[in-house]
Amino acid sequence: MTTPTRTMTLNMGPQHPSTHGVLRLVLELDGEVVLGCTPHIGYLHTGIEKGLESKRYQQGIPLTDRMDYLAPLSNNLAYVLAIEKALGVVVPDRAQVIRVLLTELTRIKSHLVWLGTHALDIGAMSVFLYCFREREQILDMYEAVSGQRMMSTYFRVGGLAADLPPGFEDQVQAFLQVFPTRLQEYEDLLTHNPLWRQRTVGIGTIKREDAIALGLSGPGLRACGVAYDVRKAHPYSGYERYQFEIPLGKTGDVFDRYQVRMAEMRQSHRIAHQGLQKLSPGPINVADPKLVPPAKPLLKKSMEALIHHFKLYSEGFHVPAGEVYLPIEAPKGELGCYLVSDGGPRPYRVHFRPPSFVNLQSLSKMVEGRLVADVVAVIGSLDIVLGEIDR
Amino acid sequence: MDDAEDWGTEEGEEAQAAEGIVLQRLREQFAEALVDVKLWRNESSAILRRQDLVRACRFLRDDPDLAFDFLSDVTGVDRLMLPESSPRFEVVYHVYSIQHGRRLRLKVRVDEGEAVPTVTEVWPTANWHEREVYDMFGVPFAGHPDLRRILMPDDWEGHPLRKDYPVEASPKWWEEEPA
Repeated sequence: MTTPTRTMTLNMGPQHPSTHGVLRLVLELDGEVVLGCTPHIGYLHTGIEKGLESKRYQQGIPLTDRMDYLAPLSNNLAYVLAIEKALGVVVPDRAQVIRVLLTELTRIKSHLVWLGTHALDIGAMSVFLYCFREREQILDMYEAVSGQRMMSTYFRVGGLAADLPPGFEDQVQAFLQVFPTRLQEYEDLLTHNPLWRQRTVGIGTIKREDAIALGLSGPGLRACGVAYDVRKAHPYSGYERYQFEIPLGKTGDVFDRYQVRMAEMRQSHRIAHQGLQKLSPGPINVADPKLVPPAKPLLKKSMEALIHHFKLYSEGFHVPAGEVYLPIEAPKGELGCYLVSDGGPRPYRVHFRPPSFVNLQSLSKMVEGRLVADVVAVIGSLDIVLGEIDR
Repeated sequence: MDDAEDWGTEEGEEAQAAEGIVLQRLREQFAEALVDVKLWRNESSAILRRQDLVRACRFLRDDPDLAFDFLSDVTGVDRLMLPESSPRFEVVYHVYSIQHGRRLRLKVRVDEGEAVPTVTEVWPTANWHEREVYDMFGVPFAGHPDLRRILMPDDWEGHPLRKDYPVEASPKWWEEEPA
């Protein structure tokens, strides 16, 4: 006699603590084995792309901060680089170095949140506290340059909002000095920890062909051994002048993704170090008064400056009609900005290719046929941010 | 602008020559399907006839000299407010070849209600992207395995990224509590 078997449909989220925001998964379970996994997204949709169409180019930058809120400067960078590409403008050297320096610190900051929450999901509580200790230092740097700890909106079309404050270089130097030992602390807690390895080795494996076909990018793709990193493949902001490696994994499981991100933090540390050395005095904005507002003291002396100021804040600048797609390597993967201009002061259409959105699509492939407890580990290893997925 | 040339010279020329191969191959194979080709800021876009899209995509992916194995992105543009607004919608594909490091933009144009053939069989990643285009622009994809809204609620009316969809006034979909 056979007993009839039934599968169970389990709703996970959207308020589940390990879904990193408002992700909802509908799991089809046979006992503890996942037969099917359907993600439902959109709970955090805020119409950012629609909103950008009604804002002048420069006004749109704060909106982009709010996509991947763990790496706001990377979003800023994709947006301003796309506009600069459409304008045909290249920012001065100092601005490029500062952009690279800060986006690499952003990568460390984003990876720290990933590591802390990922470990917390799997049950390693203390790592979380250590990670947030170091993240705090980077948030202090954000505050120093822009006055804002989270939504810094520091980059501008044509350069930066302001130059670095005095003492900033020492602040970064102090962080870079201690960071490698801190990184070692996290690794001591996890890498050879048998509990950690049991939860991660051989879990959520994805083959390289599947990863490419599903559009996986960033550390997830590199953990499968595919050496695709936009910083190397299509350098922007002068990345070709920095020495760094692309860490690769072999098997494409949760543990490999962990190791790739840990190694990436070391590389980011290396790039940030080089950035500090490359930092030399110079202008931080392009010398184009039609694009960059004049310095405040000039307004009292120069009629032209006043006119330019007025025109920039009442009308903005115009971008030639055309379209560009500009990808950058954000902490989560390829962040692309597709910009269509009709020649006016507002973008006709802006679209972001959010890496988390595309990466999340691989989740079903990674968890089907595995245990339900692994779903939590795999979500953590994908490092998704729902703000970016839903936009 | 001052540095206008910087995007277009040196390394750019190389890229342009390389992308020449891509467009050349496309022209050889799909002369009748290629509606238009544009080069701007070192990016090449090819507008394809809708009925030839899947065939062309398969060719781009499978040809060893091209090997566009990675579909970066699919999105839409509502051309209602552009000088030339018919057909109204444009579906834009950004494909990338990891091996050759080349990018290409493909486009198809459709009018209201016309379906675009899905490319999910060529690149499975297109699944969610196409759902997003459907959700935001109301462009249906023929043959799509799971064509549902993705960001907006299932019972939402209208398609938010259309140009005639207001930025502020959204339809009210919740119920007021009785006073």
